[in-house]
Amino acid sequence: MTHQGNAWKFGDNIDTDQIAPNHAYRRSDPETAYVYCMENQDPDFHKKVQVGDIFVAGANLGIGSSREWAPFYLHKCGIRIALAKSFARIFYRNSFNLALPALVCADTDKIETGDVLDVDPLKGQVKNITKDETYACDPVPEHLMQMVADGGLLPHLKKKLAN
Amino acid sequence: MAQTIAEKILAHASGNQTVKPGDIVTCRVDMAMMHDSSGPRAAGKKLDELGAPIWDTDKLVVVTDHYVNEGTDASRAIQDHCDVWCRDHGVKHYLRDKGICHIVLPEFGHVAPGKFCVGADSHSTTAGAFGAFMVGVGATEMTGVLATGEIWVRVPESVRMEVTGKLAPGVAAKDVILKICGQWGIMGFGYQCVEFCGSAVEAMSAMDRMTLTNMAAEIGAKTGIIAPDGKTKSLLEGWGRKDVDLQTWQSDADARYVKRLTIDGSALSPQVAAPASPENADDVRAYGNVKLDQAYLGACTGAKLEDLHMAAEVVKGHKAAKGTRFYVAPSTYRMRDQAEADGTLAILRDAGAVILESGCGGCIGIGDAHLNENEVGISSTNRNFVGRAGAPSSKLYLASPYTVAASAIAGRITDPREFLA
Repeated sequence: MTHQGNAWKFGDNIDTDQIAPNHAYRRSDPETAYVYCMENQDPDFHKKVQVGDIFVAGANLGIGSSREWAPFYLHKCGIRIALAKSFARIFYRNSFNLALPALVCADTDKIETGDVLDVDPLKGQVKNITKDETYACDPVPEHLMQMVADGGLLPHLKKKLAN
Repeated sequence: MAQTIAEKILAHASGNQTVKPGDIVTCRVDMAMMHDSSGPRAAGKKLDELGAPIWDTDKLVVVTDHYVNEGTDASRAIQDHCDVWCRDHGVKHYLRDKGICHIVLPEFGHVAPGKFCVGADSHSTTAGAFGAFMVGVGATEMTGVLATGEIWVRVPESVRMEVTGKLAPGVAAKDVILKICGQWGIMGFGYQCVEFCGSAVEAMSAMDRMTLTNMAAEIGAKTGIIAPDGKTKSLLEGWGRKDVDLQTWQSDADARYVKRLTIDGSALSPQVAAPASPENADDVRAYGNVKLDQAYLGACTGAKLEDLHMAAEVVKGHKAAKGTRFYVAPSTYRMRDQAEADGTLAILRDAGAVILESGCGGCIGIGDAHLNENEVGISSTNRNFVGRAGAPSSKLYLASPYTVAASAIAGRITDPREFLA
């Protein structure tokens, strides 16, 4: 089960205030405020991302608050996988819970915006089709990918409660 | 098997004799907290979608603090929704307009040593100051807790952070934790539990210790924890908690730590973190002439009663500089009342401080203490990320209540020891 998408590359220490600015999610319609996702780096980020694209960052992706709007907005913009050298722990759990696999990959420096990536979360492998390179990432346990396939923790719990 | 406090709590909560780092265990939750931002409108909504009841209404605390006093229709609607949701779901512990969640939790008797707690807020680590193990989670994760009363946890490695010696006058817990942020970085202790100890921590008041564990979130830690002692017991008992067990919840002498680190408390100077990360910390004297548009004492980090006392000690008999707005938002309303009664607020007002309502406020750019475009501020809060406290072009420095107060008087970043000599 691999996933192919275009990379959007950012640096180290992308915090939750950048991914989900607090002026956005405190609106009465927080679900639609994903248009402010990453606005300080690129106000048009939400327009440019195609469904299925891959968010690539350096160290410490998602540091800061526990706001789940951060992975929610990335997913809403179309991002389907996050790759980073390391993740803040709450963001990491939130991402999987919202069906956004978060993969730890030491080689994200080699990836640039626009690279086409083919990611195998279970195997722990990232193929950079554009550059013809292959990077290792930490494999994701099958039960977590099952939760992702169910659409996240909530639909996964619903399914479990129904059985 | 010798264990740390954190391991003992996780073993107890998961029904095991012992646990070791790396074990994945499912823990029963003793107390869960969510607030007006992460709670009814987020986790509560998901719980309703799931169609499940709250697992135990006696173990859930809902606090309003994020969108209080903002005065917009959107924030009022969030508060109203909180009221309705808590009423409809039979929430027993609804702390509406009492103050900031991490401080009102212990203040209203919801924290005790040995308890395994979760909070839908990243600074939930604060409760570790009382020997509890409390971690921050997101809204969906909290939904699982609301429905089942359980959560899976990977037992973290423990780090022993010893603060040796004695802090100098004008140096407080905030300076210790900023120094740690600066030295080891914002992810220095990713996924680990940092146990603060040593003579300087023992000498701190139980209230000031909360500043250490509050900012465990700023060093990447899963949580922070401090062994409970007599000071813990007397503060918690004063706040109405009766079951304060000091014997059980101590690390064994031969417990295993992945790292044993030391900070020389005696040599520590007041610390200031430059924009836009708490890890940009340096000695206050390294900053030169940084002019300030605003000085803010607030948040769960820096406006507890004793933080207000620190500020008053500095500003007594002085006036805030012209051109520098000086705001004080006490962490809770009870502390505000206490500071009113003991004369602290009068001293702060005489120095030109405007006392704001208690809530997350300026820390998240809400209300009067909002930094406008290109403004520069200093605050006793915990985060200074781009845009956190106002306009994206604003710049925020983090410091102790002493340093924020001294800087308000001087109108520029200032060493508080100049005022305390």
